[in-house]
Amino acid sequence: MALTNQQVATALNEAFPGAVLKTEEPYGMLTLEISKEKIKDVITWLKNDETLKIHFLTLLGGMHYPDDKGKELGVVYHFHSLQNNFRLRLKTFFAIGNPHVPTITDLFETANWQERETFDFFGIWFDGHPNMKRILNEDDMDYHPMRKEYQLEDATREDKDDRYFGR
Amino acid sequence: MSKEKENKDAKGTGKVEAYNASGYQLTMLEKVIGNARANSLWPLPFATSCCGIEFMATMGSNYDMARFGMERMSFSPRQADLLIVAGTISKKLAPILRQVYDQMAEPKWVLSVGACASSGGIFDTYSVLQGIDRVIPVDVYVPGCPPRPEQILDGVMKIQELTKNESFRRRYSDEYKNLLEKYKLNH
Repeated sequence: MALTNQQVATALNEAFPGAVLKTEEPYGMLTLEISKEKIKDVITWLKNDETLKIHFLTLLGGMHYPDDKGKELGVVYHFHSLQNNFRLRLKTFFAIGNPHVPTITDLFETANWQERETFDFFGIWFDGHPNMKRILNEDDMDYHPMRKEYQLEDATREDKDDRYFGR
Repeated sequence: MSKEKENKDAKGTGKVEAYNASGYQLTMLEKVIGNARANSLWPLPFATSCCGIEFMATMGSNYDMARFGMERMSFSPRQADLLIVAGTISKKLAPILRQVYDQMAEPKWVLSVGACASSGGIFDTYSVLQGIDRVIPVDVYVPGCPPRPEQILDGVMKIQELTKNESFRRRYSDEYKNLLEKYKLNH
């Protein structure tokens, strides 16, 4: 049985009225924005649902939109139902002042390192994660480099004058 | 009695300047030791990326680094004289590189191979060390991205020149002590 975007969106809206804040289909992939309070419940439901069978977490990552006041930071989840060959993207946003979301390591083991990576680069805390510490950058790094307020270039270089780079 | 003969053409030929006479030869211990060191360097290849591939070609039979007395790569820093750093060094790797350098016994030299090891190269980013000379002293820099094996060999021969011509107790000189002081490696 092939699942359609419409079916999944309807089923999710029936199970969690009001949890879906926004529905999009960029390049045909169903993308739902879920409120932070409901995200864990929604993912649990998706995994346990008998028809959807969304058992595979493809990717988990962070987002930073500094201009969206009150919802600067976000987490994006990509799911794949291998049996139905159906892909689904979930997003949840929250304020940069309170960067906490519940962990999904109890549902998907693979989320462990991905949540650590997201914490490393965006400073998003996954509450309930068994080992919430940096994974890729050096342990004594004192900031989260993928946040937009930090420049990508090495900050310790002295030989680069902005005037020569048109900045 | 044969006449004493000065070996004037020794420079640049790999031979040691000496006075030869029947039954004896006079030369300077420093020169002999310098020459011996230069032609039996034991390199420690610290290769992390594409420069490491070029370095492998340099070791291989086409370019044959063994011609310079480097038959044996030392994969233990304790038995190495020459640290060849080939490739990008991330900031996370920097303390390890420093530790490897620290574990090498005197006398020791460092060859920085390629743009990344020398300056960070194209990786001007928060996670990459902008040149290994930020954590350890470097003797010779080899430019290139990546350098050709010929360039690496040239760098190695520059190290050999250093080895032959500097004091064989370089580590006691003030200049060297100040250098290590600067890198906080004096202990």
